[in-house]
Amino acid sequence: MANAIATAHEHDAHHAHDEHVVLPQHLHHFETEEQQREAGTFGMWLFLLTEIMFFGGMFFAYLLYRNWYNPAFVAASNQLSVKLGAINTAILITSGYAMALGVYAAEVRKKQMLVWTLIATTIFGFAFLGVKTVEYKEKFEKHHVPGASFDVKEFVNPAAFGLKEEPLAPDMAQKTQIFFVLYFAMTGMHALHMIIGLALLFWLIYRANRGDFSSGYVAPIENFGLYWHFVDIVWIFLFPLLYLINKHVG
Amino acid sequence: MSAHNDAMNTTNPEHAEHHILGPGTYTTIYVTLLILTGITVGAAFIPMGVLNPIVALAIASVKAVVVMLWFMHVKYQSRLIKMTVGAGFFTFFVLIMMTMSDYISRAWGQW
Repeated sequence: MANAIATAHEHDAHHAHDEHVVLPQHLHHFETEEQQREAGTFGMWLFLLTEIMFFGGMFFAYLLYRNWYNPAFVAASNQLSVKLGAINTAILITSGYAMALGVYAAEVRKKQMLVWTLIATTIFGFAFLGVKTVEYKEKFEKHHVPGASFDVKEFVNPAAFGLKEEPLAPDMAQKTQIFFVLYFAMTGMHALHMIIGLALLFWLIYRANRGDFSSGYVAPIENFGLYWHFVDIVWIFLFPLLYLINKHVG
Repeated sequence: MSAHNDAMNTTNPEHAEHHILGPGTYTTIYVTLLILTGITVGAAFIPMGVLNPIVALAIASVKAVVVMLWFMHVKYQSRLIKMTVGAGFFTFFVLIMMTMSDYISRAWGQW
């Protein structure tokens, strides 16, 4: 029987119904480890649903403004690098893959594999943020950060900058700021979630290396995995919505 | 849903049997996600008019579902967890539809 309780608890076969399980990580108010695990997963998903609502507000704002100011969104989106965006998508998926392997390593109690997969998750997470930094820096240099220093010159007179865009009227060109506000808000909140995740990863690597998660106690690894994959999913939607709006026109 | 050779399930029949996915499954999912990313980028450069954003969102949704079912183990969870996840996305969908129909219908006929 693959059940962690049965393998860890030698008397289990005789007392499956009336005996309380005594693994150190098993809290007394749960009947079984299965129940405890499900309660934890349930709680984690409730948290992730609030996160969906949080990002959902921004996705809705994006949907609405993209319909209202479509020419501005098309022109502004073409300023983003599809190459960097696609590379970052692959980097983030790789990080998620390493995390998934980490959950497996914790479940089969392979301590070294767990530590190394968590380290790989962290490295790819930092690689993602590194690419994002390069992209943000370019936006500052081109005055594409919304606010006082925002400059519409590339959108009202694209030919002067070697761009093959349709020139926008000055009022529509101003609306490119809305695209960049949403771009920075959405990728920025996504990056903040990554930074929080990376901080948690350092703590998890420390504890994994101490052997905390290689004796049947996998809940922190499993629930962090859910969080990390959720952050993946947000980016899976951000990438086509922000980078690939109208590539076939420009 | 639950295996009945497990004594625990007789007292808690709702709980799904804990399922450990192996590296082989994760690798398959990983490669699938990378291929879908490639398809998304490729499809964006093909002129399809109004279908472009629809195709992009459809592929993104498939990727998200794949991540949730396997990387996030929803496929192997109990009905409670599956319902929770489904209810969350359904509520989100309802909120989007209601807000959007409000914005669209405010100036109905005036454009």
